[in-house]
Amino acid sequence: MDATSPTLLRPLGLLAELTHRCPLGCPYCSNPVALEARADELDTATWARVFAEAAGLGVLQVHLSGGEPAARRDLLEITAAARQAGLYTNLITSAVGLSAERLAGLAQAGLDHVQISIQDSEAASADRIAGYEGAFVRKRALAAAVVQQGLPLTVNAVVHRANIDRIGEMVDQAVALGASRVEIAHVQYYGWAIPNRAMLMPTPEQVERAREHVDELRGRHHGIIVIDAVVPDYYARYPKPCVGGWGRRSLNVTPSGKVLPCHAAESIPGLEFWSVREHSVADIWRHSPAFNAFRGTDWMEEPCASCPRRFEDFGGCRCQAFALLRDARATDPVCHLSPHHGLLSELAGERREAAYVYRRHTPTPAHATAQGDRD
Amino acid sequence: MTQPPGDALPTDARPHLPRGVRLVDSAAQGGLVLLAPERVFKPDAIAAEILKRCTGEATLAAIVDELAATYGAPRERVLADVSTLLRSLIDKKLMEL
Repeated sequence: MDATSPTLLRPLGLLAELTHRCPLGCPYCSNPVALEARADELDTATWARVFAEAAGLGVLQVHLSGGEPAARRDLLEITAAARQAGLYTNLITSAVGLSAERLAGLAQAGLDHVQISIQDSEAASADRIAGYEGAFVRKRALAAAVVQQGLPLTVNAVVHRANIDRIGEMVDQAVALGASRVEIAHVQYYGWAIPNRAMLMPTPEQVERAREHVDELRGRHHGIIVIDAVVPDYYARYPKPCVGGWGRRSLNVTPSGKVLPCHAAESIPGLEFWSVREHSVADIWRHSPAFNAFRGTDWMEEPCASCPRRFEDFGGCRCQAFALLRDARATDPVCHLSPHHGLLSELAGERREAAYVYRRHTPTPAHATAQGDRD
Repeated sequence: MTQPPGDALPTDARPHLPRGVRLVDSAAQGGLVLLAPERVFKPDAIAAEILKRCTGEATLAAIVDELAATYGAPRERVLADVSTLLRSLIDKKLMEL
């Protein structure tokens, strides 16, 4: 496929992973297990160039994420640059390390929206899951500050076996905090969640109750808060259209400037990623080997290749196919038409009560430096 | 201001986008797009004409009058179409009255 292909669409969203540094240790973090070092992070000016190039290519929204984006001292300048590029600017934060004063500056710089993740409705459990004492209280404080600034707030409630029975309480808290939107985000098994799968996996009964619960909450809170929720992968019959299709609608820039079709793409061996240090965003979108690897439908195997749903779900998630089947071209085994679909219920059944493997930032810098990573 | 679903919208209200929802003209994406938290909507031609007028200045009645005059359509029908769109956007927290 090349730039003239009619199937090459323009991207709508860019996930900017500003840093992999984060004070929290959530065991389901979507960052890769091999984290990037501070010394390798892009500087302010390069991010500004990336935003301008992305906007020129058609990107409408940027998600400032991480790690914890507030770990960047230049978050204000980065936010202002995104807004100056004309992008809808969304901050995805753990809320730890971001003061109300700093938030006010971001609002003034043009920040459009804030998303705060929560770990549970009960403080002790939330802090235990985050691996950070006092995180719960800080999140509530920042959420209040967001609403006070007049900024729209989304609460992202990450659910798994330890908290899935408290979805109602978490939604109630989001309403009380003044959020306009809440995401019930079932843990997805990538990155750090893979070594923690047996400790995080909900039971089938919990998932069924959660589904009923969400329906009931949507009825009760209609017009008050928007509730987004999807069926968790391992209990679904059809796969999710991961990132809206590979290289189709979104791109992800890592702290060091590598551009990925999705945040987990580096887990697939053999893909060649290009960096914004050497290429423009438009050049990468059109020509980088990683983006063209699974674009369109030509790469598909059966049962996807002849399936009428292939333009809806694009074969599901490539990273999941590789993680579970060691074949990135295979049908995502979440699909009940996959010959390997039975593997998911088998893996979901492997539940175990044990300590989480917390995400910790001890990266190996790509360029060895004496400075290392102190944060 | 909130409205129970099914009730008529007050025609003296001045519909406007809430903070965090923006209508932008994107040359690269071929026209107007409504940007909201984690969402992008591409309005069709009729919806775009309605959205452009929801700036908080004009009342619902004035918007309907103008659209009916511009397109030579029956006012009742325009009111029904505009109300349907606005109500659906209000439910999604993409519009305020």
